[in-house]
Amino acid sequence: MNSLFERARNTWSRVNLGSLAVPLLAIITAMLISSLVILISGADPVKAFSALAEGALGSQVAVVETLIKATPFLLVGLGIALAFRGGLFNIGVEGQLFVGSAVTVIIGYSFELPFYLHLPLALIGGMIGGAIWAGIPGWLKARYGAHEVITTIMFNYMALRVINWAIGTDGPMRAPRTTVPETSAVFESARLPILLADSRLHAGVLIAIAAVFLVYWLLWKTKIGFEIRTVGANPHAARYAGINVPFNTVLTMAISGALAGLAGGIQVLGLAPYNFTTGFNVGLGFDSIAVAVLGAIHPFGIALSSLLFGAMDAGSRLMQLRTKVPADVITITQGLILAFVAADQIIRGLYRIRVKADHAEKKISLSETWGGGD
Amino acid sequence: MDTLFFAGLITLALIKATPIAFGAMAGLMSERSGVINIAIEGMMLIGAMMSFLGSVLFNQWTGGALPKEVSLIVGLVVAMLSGALIALLHAWLSIRYKVDQIISGTVINLLAFGITNFTANAYIDAVRLSGVGIFPHINIPLLSDIPILGDIFFKHQPLVYLMLITVGVLQYALFRTRWGLRTRSVGEHPRAADTVGINVNRTRYINVVIGGALAGMGGAFLVLESVGRFQKLMTTGRGFIALAALIFGKWTSVGALGSALLFGFAEALGVRLQLGDINELEALALLIGIGISLLALVWVAIKLIKRSQDKRPASLIAIVGGAGLLFIVLALTVDFPNIQIPIQFLGLLPYFATVLVLAGFVGRAVAPAAVGKPYERG
Repeated sequence: MNSLFERARNTWSRVNLGSLAVPLLAIITAMLISSLVILISGADPVKAFSALAEGALGSQVAVVETLIKATPFLLVGLGIALAFRGGLFNIGVEGQLFVGSAVTVIIGYSFELPFYLHLPLALIGGMIGGAIWAGIPGWLKARYGAHEVITTIMFNYMALRVINWAIGTDGPMRAPRTTVPETSAVFESARLPILLADSRLHAGVLIAIAAVFLVYWLLWKTKIGFEIRTVGANPHAARYAGINVPFNTVLTMAISGALAGLAGGIQVLGLAPYNFTTGFNVGLGFDSIAVAVLGAIHPFGIALSSLLFGAMDAGSRLMQLRTKVPADVITITQGLILAFVAADQIIRGLYRIRVKADHAEKKISLSETWGGGD
Repeated sequence: MDTLFFAGLITLALIKATPIAFGAMAGLMSERSGVINIAIEGMMLIGAMMSFLGSVLFNQWTGGALPKEVSLIVGLVVAMLSGALIALLHAWLSIRYKVDQIISGTVINLLAFGITNFTANAYIDAVRLSGVGIFPHINIPLLSDIPILGDIFFKHQPLVYLMLITVGVLQYALFRTRWGLRTRSVGEHPRAADTVGINVNRTRYINVVIGGALAGMGGAFLVLESVGRFQKLMTTGRGFIALAALIFGKWTSVGALGSALLFGFAEALGVRLQLGDINELEALALLIGIGISLLALVWVAIKLIKRSQDKRPASLIAIVGGAGLLFIVLALTVDFPNIQIPIQFLGLLPYFATVLVLAGFVGRAVAPAAVGKPYERG
């Protein structure tokens, strides 16, 4: 009886206003501070942000651009969140995205197949690439206790170097007759269909939306998801409950990497010029951490936060064009949002939001096994 | 290939290792006191930009009346202060607000990427701000006259010397002074430290902030001793490599310097390879030889520093060191066949080595016990 009451109260406190107010106020506060930065640089923040809004939502082209930009954030954010739920910090999503897009592009340009075979094959290849690139650090963690943050960062650089070599001068993936490091474009049959005539809106957006529900279903409606969350909540308890913790660690990382690899594949197959070049989606990994945390590491939350980040990215170009404010102000805003969401006490203190005692201290903690071992 | 070539290689490796070693020292300060620092990259980047702005703007302000060295020193100080300031934010988030330290580090990195790119686009590149120049080489009197060794160690720019001094001082301070004992106790067992009256959180604040200043120096090196001006994202991952060097060096400053040198050698060999001075197999053999020798050197250093605690037999060190030297000599004298290995693959070795160390394949690296855990007085 008592526990039922507790559960009801907990559920209620989870959907109370406070849980939505903090992220919203964090976004507003971050934008206010960014306005200050814009002001110092000698521009008008009101003009800048209205240009940003117009560039993100003002026209059909703008909305499409927002959706396209939100897609990789969404998929990578889901990947990071899934790892978070399993108690793992997959900070190396960028490398996994790289490997994923590399595998996808190889499958895409090497041969031609009917599209109903070629497209899925290319995407699945990318997912497997990403899964392996994350799975190895997962295995190193499970078997040898190597902290995934460092190993995945190292794996980022390894991926970067190998791929830069592969698309560099005389590299095996280098497109023939080109002066810049890039691969050939993938065949027509591997490209994602365009959903809206004469626009850049590709079907990858739908895949990303499907992934939201899939990840939700996986985490909360399946045995695998239950095990992932149990390991994340308490690996020792999970072990006693008979869950294979090492296997779960590898699996969690692999699924997380597969999502990042899928994002990489979609970027290659969905957007012109349908190839892989240097500087491909650099920085997406770190931004996506902010997306995942802002979205309360929940698939539905991440759907919203990735839309916001996508909109900011899409709108920043018009802002830069109109007001000469460098688009990089967005990165500052995103960093601040992450800071305020993670340190929600600052926001609560600033705006005098009271917290219910029982749900106040639910912090993310991933730093405990730094440097190996248990 | 001869001795002169090898000497030149060591000199270059030392230069390339300098920013990495500064970064690793920043990580050492922070993590020994129990605060994870994955924000070294961001701190270095801020330091690099501020050293540029500080030196250039000071030079403009004084109208160029003072020698350029004064402006460069001002730039260095500004870099240290700004590194310290952004580190204070990291400390504040992770100590005061108990934000997960990896998340907090990500915040710092994001902010640093944003701030430096923004400033570069809005100001530095927009007005085509040109640099003051770089620090001159300082030949240490007498010592620089020693044949070969003088060329390798005593004809550098000031920050290289400063780095070596910092590493030495930190190694001594961490294991021989009251401050070091406090820092280590706070990082290993904060509750015990608290019980004997050490202010855990204050110690952590101080360490993280000083670490930030060191990272700032590492960034400043890139501007004030190498490129001469600020370029966007010019640290290119050195902060993360510094983190790897710290772990590879098992959270000791001498060890971290050793691994920073290994990364430096890999970079220097890459340069030589591109110039066509050596071929791929020779470079690989050299790197392996250097790696083994460096390990022996670090062991010697640790034996000298911690005479009583080190249980490694001298014979083992001698054998490992000898093997390393033999490898180097072989690599330098034997003509290896020309096999094409991409340069980038040589650069993979340090990352690979870091993963191996972390996984415990090459000795166990044990982090400070309380690293990553916010302290709460109970």
